[in-house]
Amino acid sequence: MNKTFFAAIIGLNLAVTAQAAPSLEEMWELIQQQQAEITQLKTQLETTEQRVTETEVKAEATIAAVEEVSAGPVAKLADWADKTSIGGYGELHYNNLTSDNSNESKNEMDLHRFVVFFGHQYSDDLRFFSELEVEHSVAGDDQNGEVEIEQAFIEWDYAENHRAKGGVFLVPTGIINETHEPETFYGVERNSVEKNIIPATWWEGGAMFSGEFGEGFSYDAGVHSGLFIDPTKLDSDEAPDPDYKIRDGRQKTSKAKADDLAYTGRIKYTGIPGLELSASAQYQTDVWQGEKFAGEEDADATLLEFHTIYNHGPFGLRALYARWDIDNVIESVKPGADEQEGFYIEPSYRLTDKLGIFARFSEWDNQAGDSSDTEKQQYDIGLNYWLDERVVLKADYMHEDVEQGDEFHGFNLGIGWSF
Amino acid sequence: MALLLVAALLFSSTTLGKGVYQTVPEFLTEIFAPEEPQQDYLWLTPELKASASEIINHPVRGLRIRYWRSDEKTVWVMEEIGKELPITIGVVVSQDNIEKIKILAFRESRGWEVRYAAFTAQYQGVKITPYNKLDSHIDGITGATLSVRAVTKVATLALHYHQQVSQSESKQARNKQTQDKESNQLVTEAP
Repeated sequence: MNKTFFAAIIGLNLAVTAQAAPSLEEMWELIQQQQAEITQLKTQLETTEQRVTETEVKAEATIAAVEEVSAGPVAKLADWADKTSIGGYGELHYNNLTSDNSNESKNEMDLHRFVVFFGHQYSDDLRFFSELEVEHSVAGDDQNGEVEIEQAFIEWDYAENHRAKGGVFLVPTGIINETHEPETFYGVERNSVEKNIIPATWWEGGAMFSGEFGEGFSYDAGVHSGLFIDPTKLDSDEAPDPDYKIRDGRQKTSKAKADDLAYTGRIKYTGIPGLELSASAQYQTDVWQGEKFAGEEDADATLLEFHTIYNHGPFGLRALYARWDIDNVIESVKPGADEQEGFYIEPSYRLTDKLGIFARFSEWDNQAGDSSDTEKQQYDIGLNYWLDERVVLKADYMHEDVEQGDEFHGFNLGIGWSF
Repeated sequence: MALLLVAALLFSSTTLGKGVYQTVPEFLTEIFAPEEPQQDYLWLTPELKASASEIINHPVRGLRIRYWRSDEKTVWVMEEIGKELPITIGVVVSQDNIEKIKILAFRESRGWEVRYAAFTAQYQGVKITPYNKLDSHIDGITGATLSVRAVTKVATLALHYHQQVSQSESKQARNKQTQDKESNQLVTEAP
């Protein structure tokens, strides 16, 4: 029984083993399949190697291109552009003014100023800055306008928080003389006090030192070319009036007489947000620049100027007082011209981020040294609407009150921009 | 004149890092010490670039912006040009409002007053409105309008970026909660 059982099991095992082993044909087919797979893998490997080679070539070409760009003229131009800045500002005015006491009127559309800034940073401590201006659109013989270089100076930071500049620069006095981009002030035209007394915009050639001392305090001190109020020069043939006003003395650094220089100093406090307190003084050694008139000479002059600016929330206030004391010899040209002074006060309110309103009262006198009534007053009200932080639309109404000369009233419109 | 020149030369000195008042590592130590802040990146998606550009008023470039964080506080260091040169500004945002602003470097010759504590203190506690504006008025500095604008824009942008980080984290937390909830439901529903 047992023998029969074991024989049956052995026979069954042999049958199963014979069935599991592949036949020769099956083996051949398996080898064929494996050969095909090997061939396919070889092809893939070759393709991959080719791609790696191509990638290396591309990478090399990319590196070469990057090197070419980073070391080439384009990069050099980018380096130069990084260090060189361009900006500017401009303003178009429309004046519609009539006179109460004469037949004069002023209805004009005027591209009053078109200004381009160029600056270059030589190093962290050394820079160049310039301002090129075209006034009244067209310049040339018998044209209304002028081409002027108002600033062209090198500034050097010779110590931390202290710097010096040499060249043509704006005189550090008043409010709008240094900061006068149209979106920074109210009114289409710049205020009459700073124009006629300071006299803004005013630039000279020379050297100026500036810096900080203590939190919020800053100083400026320098020596530069002076004014030249030529007593022999007449305003016009129609109304021959010799030069005596401070504004008449601006030489604009154009072959400026430099026989007698001037000295300016300013101290400013800006340590509290929104507040600026400033006092400046200037001494002109001779506004006649060595010339004699009616046997007189040496017309030295001193300017004292004080101003404050305060902005808190929507409220704003600007107030300025300036006074020139000129040697009495100038009275031989014009009585009372030895004192020239003025002040203005300008409250404002921002109704929204974009819209602000203002009012201004100005009073000035270029012959304040005698008892004759020569002072001028001006009332302005108006608004600014900022289309952008640096683009502004302006409208204002003005009324003059003068004892001598034309008395204008009317409205002004303007658009201004800077970038 | 000669005296002024001599004085200038006497004062003249070589300063390390022109206009740099504090380095970024020093600023981070001041804010986070003794903790070590975690550095992270916010990726600038097209939508974020668009909203950031509107705040800063010029195109925002790059792929991502680096920031540092610890708990709910984030620190952003950005550079923005005032008039001509970049001002480096550090902004600390905590719980959606500005905890501190510090001018780390100022390189221009005007507008340096923005670095004074009296000016930067105005930003403390300021938040961002749904219109991406600061919810409090900042008094400016006369003659430094562009520097003030640069600081205000960076402050607004830091708040906006912080908001993005917070929103992204809230979204991730909500997703995780949803996933956890779904997992729990699967476990309980499993036979």
